Amino acid sequence: MSKKHITTRINGEDVEFLAEPGASLLAALRDELGLTGSKEGCNNGNCGACNVVFDGALVNACCVLAVEANGVEITTIEGVANGEELHPLQTSFLENAALQCGICTPGFIVAAKALLDKEPDADEARIRHWLAGNLCRCTGYDKIVRAVLDAAADMRRTPA
Amino acid sequence: MIPVEFDYERAESLDDAIARLAATGGEGKLLAGGHSLVPLMKLRLSEPSSLIDISRIAGLSGIREKDGKVEIGATTTHHEVQQSELLRRLCPVVPEAAGEIGDPQIRHKGTLGGSLAHADPSADMPAVVVALGAEVHIKGPGGWRAVAAEDFFQDLFTVDLGPDEIIAGVQFRPLRSAGYAKLHQRASHYAIVGVAAALDVEGGVVRSARVAVTGASTHAQRLPNVEELLAGRPANAESIAAAAAVAGDTLEDVNVDLHASEEYRRAMVKVFTRRALERAAAR
Repeated sequence: MSKKHITTRINGEDVEFLAEPGASLLAALRDELGLTGSKEGCNNGNCGACNVVFDGALVNACCVLAVEANGVEITTIEGVANGEELHPLQTSFLENAALQCGICTPGFIVAAKALLDKEPDADEARIRHWLAGNLCRCTGYDKIVRAVLDAAADMRRTPA
Repeated sequence: MIPVEFDYERAESLDDAIARLAATGGEGKLLAGGHSLVPLMKLRLSEPSSLIDISRIAGLSGIREKDGKVEIGATTTHHEVQQSELLRRLCPVVPEAAGEIGDPQIRHKGTLGGSLAHADPSADMPAVVVALGAEVHIKGPGGWRAVAAEDFFQDLFTVDLGPDEIIAGVQFRPLRSAGYAKLHQRASHYAIVGVAAALDVEGGVVRSARVAVTGASTHAQRLPNVEELLAGRPANAESIAAAAAVAGDTLEDVNVDLHASEEYRRAMVKVFTRRALERAAAR
């Protein structure tokens, strides 16, 4: 099958690439565009390690086809920090030691940011419910939830 | 974990999608959210020659009030259903159930029409549309037709939808006194058992009840013996307990998997029927 020409906007920059219909958005990000921050965990929509924001919606990039991205605005983990300055969520994950192996971390941070951008006052129950689609096999989640709560409090003190 | 080769086309309108689907000679599939279809294709359980993307068709998504009924477009996402103020006001069981589907990632991409067409035996929305007595609106090369939701679901992953037809949306008379109760499979959030109950209550008496179960058997279906026991009875805890006690007794082909045995599922059908009815009666 012929490759399709895709025009998209990723992390604020216009990006064009060619994609086979069978390539996932995750494969295109990692293999075509060098954006290897999004991780392949299950590759089947269960683990959330590949999370990106797709026209404002948190999605699993492994279950979105790259060709679906035509005309879409995407934010990946690479677009979360402001240049060299870490996002409060990234700082909070470091300070709370909310990761061990780190494979799930980009997904958790993208997912948590998607929540806090819309619901800055999200409480612990809301955060736990929201992060149900992100799996971590190391931490037991508690430090992750604390990191998100701390970041939310920090962001409320100093709005971006 | 790589699908077989296929072509991808984006449909511009409902009729354009129908024409494109016909051109694939029955080998094409519609792509809406893709969160069931794409994983199946990766596992090579589904090998369509072409995917026709209907997710951008204007007018195929959205929630509207029309002639005393509510219409939900097929490509409306579960997230949009969950967030709908109109539905929360007129028919809260629908957003309640939509919020129980999977996780936010699934709800942002997954669509109502996709869930109904796929007809996973453990999907939530089939039970809800059956309990509400919804009509599924379908368009094909021959034009429009409407199917009652309870007739639409026929068997395991089997629905009354031709290979050249598209679900355009569902329509139902909104009802506040309806509830959904679900036993989650903790990892996938699919329903081990899910029950939707809709009560028509007047003066504290149940005029009629519609109760539908998902997760328990091959497809979403009504529980007629529960409905019969409720009709004409006071809408109180005693009637609900009596009706829930027979829930699932008529079910055949009860699912058995690593999450639940037949015995456990049958027991949970009773528990979650009671909870769904209590929720409906409290509204």
